[in-house]
Amino acid sequence: MNLPVDKKKISIVCFSGDFDKMVAAFTVATGAAATNREVTMFFTFWGLNALKKKKGRIATGKSLMAKAFNFLMGGINNLPLSRLNFFGASPKLMTMMMKQHNVATLPELVEAAHALGIRIVACEMAMKILEVEQSDMIEEVESVVGVATFLNESENSHIIFI
Amino acid sequence: MKHFLDITNETCPMTFVKVKLQLAKMDSGETLEVLLNEGEPLENVPRSCEEQGFKVLSNEPTDNNKHLILIEK
Repeated sequence: MNLPVDKKKISIVCFSGDFDKMVAAFTVATGAAATNREVTMFFTFWGLNALKKKKGRIATGKSLMAKAFNFLMGGINNLPLSRLNFFGASPKLMTMMMKQHNVATLPELVEAAHALGIRIVACEMAMKILEVEQSDMIEEVESVVGVATFLNESENSHIIFI
Repeated sequence: MKHFLDITNETCPMTFVKVKLQLAKMDSGETLEVLLNEGEPLENVPRSCEEQGFKVLSNEPTDNNKHLILIEK
């Protein structure tokens, strides 16, 4: 698709691994991409959990600490609600409520983001700390970048931190 | 070829997303008829299509506060 030269750009820093904040990030991202904006999502720290290939609890990493952290955090199916999580029951209840009201669920938003060609990048430093390799993440992760690359590429973008 | 999309049961952002993805699948010159609700979809779907360089050929109200818009890619 040929894009106009003055296409608006948005970069979203997905720092939080909370279910509701991830829904917000993907809602803004897909809405922006569908209304002709160039969108980059930069996943760091807790946000990396949404990119793991294994959607459940897997002890990813080499060291005991990393394995424990990754197991406890889990993947996209384990993202907690930022409030009233009730030991993980609330995200499932929230998904049911979203379906009842014809609101796109998180997996549907993620699928839409991929279909819209939203650029997905992962934070090198957070991956190093948590011992997550690119091969542990979904294939849509375009590259692993540092903050300098992210800032350079977002020079003319609105940056949103979630 | 004329395509049809009903987004009256969709909510933000899937209203725009479904229209965008449908238009992406179509060839230049083809048309897309979209049935949408008044309010946010009616205000923003035609506008964002025009911003992307597509032509909104018509915009007609139908029953129950819905509108039928015709977009040419």
